[in-house]
Amino acid sequence: MTATASADETGAMKASRAAAPLSFAPAPGAAPASRMILAQAGHEVRLMLRNPEQLLLTIVIPALMMVLFSGESLIATDGPGKRIDFYTPGLFGAAVLSTAFTGLAIGTGFERRYGVLKRMGATPLPRWGLVVAKALCVLCVEAIQIALLSVIALAMGWQPHGDPLAVVLLVVLATGTFAGLGLLMAGTLRAEATLGLANFVFLLLLAGGGVIIPLSKFPSGVRPVLDALPITALTNGLRDVLQHGATLPWANVGILAAWAVAAIAAAARTFKWE
Amino acid sequence: MTGLVKRYGAKTAVDGLNLQVETGTITAVLGPNGAGKTSTIECCEGYRKPDGGTVRVLGLDPVAEGERLRPRIGVMLQSGGIYPTVRAVEMLEHTAKLYANPLDTGALIERLGLGSAGRTPFRRLSGGQQQRLSLALAVVGRPELVFLDEPTAGLDVQARHATWELIEQLRRDGVTVVLTTHLLDEAERLADSVAIVDAGRVIAHDTPAGLAAANGTADTAIRFTAPPGLDLADLLAGLPAGLSAVEQPPGGYTVGGDITPDVLARVTAWCAAKDVMPQGLSVGRRTLEDVFLDLTGRELR
Repeated sequence: MTATASADETGAMKASRAAAPLSFAPAPGAAPASRMILAQAGHEVRLMLRNPEQLLLTIVIPALMMVLFSGESLIATDGPGKRIDFYTPGLFGAAVLSTAFTGLAIGTGFERRYGVLKRMGATPLPRWGLVVAKALCVLCVEAIQIALLSVIALAMGWQPHGDPLAVVLLVVLATGTFAGLGLLMAGTLRAEATLGLANFVFLLLLAGGGVIIPLSKFPSGVRPVLDALPITALTNGLRDVLQHGATLPWANVGILAAWAVAAIAAAARTFKWE
Repeated sequence: MTGLVKRYGAKTAVDGLNLQVETGTITAVLGPNGAGKTSTIECCEGYRKPDGGTVRVLGLDPVAEGERLRPRIGVMLQSGGIYPTVRAVEMLEHTAKLYANPLDTGALIERLGLGSAGRTPFRRLSGGQQQRLSLALAVVGRPELVFLDEPTAGLDVQARHATWELIEQLRRDGVTVVLTTHLLDEAERLADSVAIVDAGRVIAHDTPAGLAAANGTADTAIRFTAPPGLDLADLLAGLPAGLSAVEQPPGGYTVGGDITPDVLARVTAWCAAKDVMPQGLSVGRRTLEDVFLDLTGRELR
């Protein structure tokens, strides 16, 4: 800042003070919790959608994968049915993973590094309110992602089956799991380590979690391990519902619920705010 | 707060600190780097759990009753705490939404001269603009009490004066202000009371004038600048007993004690005998800086 610019600003300060006296007379008080949480969630959604890296990760990559894999036979799928009916549930899973795990972990890791979490800790927004706001933010971005992917998939001839409420249940449980794991990472590791590890784990889970590569392509020895992963439980569950019309895939719901409880508990115990 | 203790591992940052702040005043917490200023303030803000002693802020325990306390206080951290991509106005408007009766954000932005910075992401604001935004965030919720950790660090002269005016207005409007600083002129100009902290304890707490008067029998000093390295022992030998003479910084001399016209004449005569011109010679009361250096020592640490 040059001395001239600063002097101008100071001049502007004086002029405006003469025009509109501002009183700092105390009138303290928190806004109602619901208003604080909605404000925080909206703020976080705006920041997330403005961040080019996050947009690439959560919107562009899943949408591109949808168009590429479903249109061309790059990877042979198993069983009957159209490729798009196989890929769409898998890419819903990728979208949930990208936002609830990778995006949340990296965003929160850097917030912690920049002291944003510390600063928010001085406002009336309680910590539980900040966590609820982050959850709302993630669910809101996921809704945008799934709506966009659905439009692309429907345009490519996707024919969904099953109960939308079962999809919502699977997505919410998976979001709890991934967010817990993401916050576990963001709350304990350095921001740079979180950045690298969250992307690495994202790629591993994309490859091994039944997102784009059918699990039948893996050796039978590793199948039980892959089936127990939360991303696999999500993609298997979504396929059971959307591709095969199951009412509620209990086994996968059970796996996700167990993961969600464990991940959230671990994150709550270890998270450091500074 | 009474007997506050805060340790980080084996290191004791705050060691039995006592401090009381009157409502509606400006209190400056002054001390060398590492004296425990920030640790003390962060115990008041509820960021740190004390290892000993009692802290009450507005009658509340900052850790156990933090949710009731936080709406009533404003906090300006020493640095950052703002996401790099967030825009200045957006951050202020968002923070305002967390409070029941926030200030008009437009007026506050005008008042702090941040109008031109409105849509600029935080990371591209100048250091001074970042500081002023941070100050705005501390006051936007109309708190009763604000904690400002080095509010003018890194500001240019104009911005510093503007910040001082704002802090003085906070007091006029009935807000209690606790600030840390290591700028002695800032403490002397703004504060109703100054607490000097060293090695985790309050070693003096009084009005700026009270501190200057109470520490040492003398409240006056002769100051001048001259080539560095004058033989002060030789100077003192020619003066009445009970006076002190120091060179701090090199070439800056202060003779403290009971300064009479006779002492002044002897000092100038001594200079004349050495063919030394005492530049900027002044006689005046001891400044807070003199007191501070007497109390905390002159060696670098």
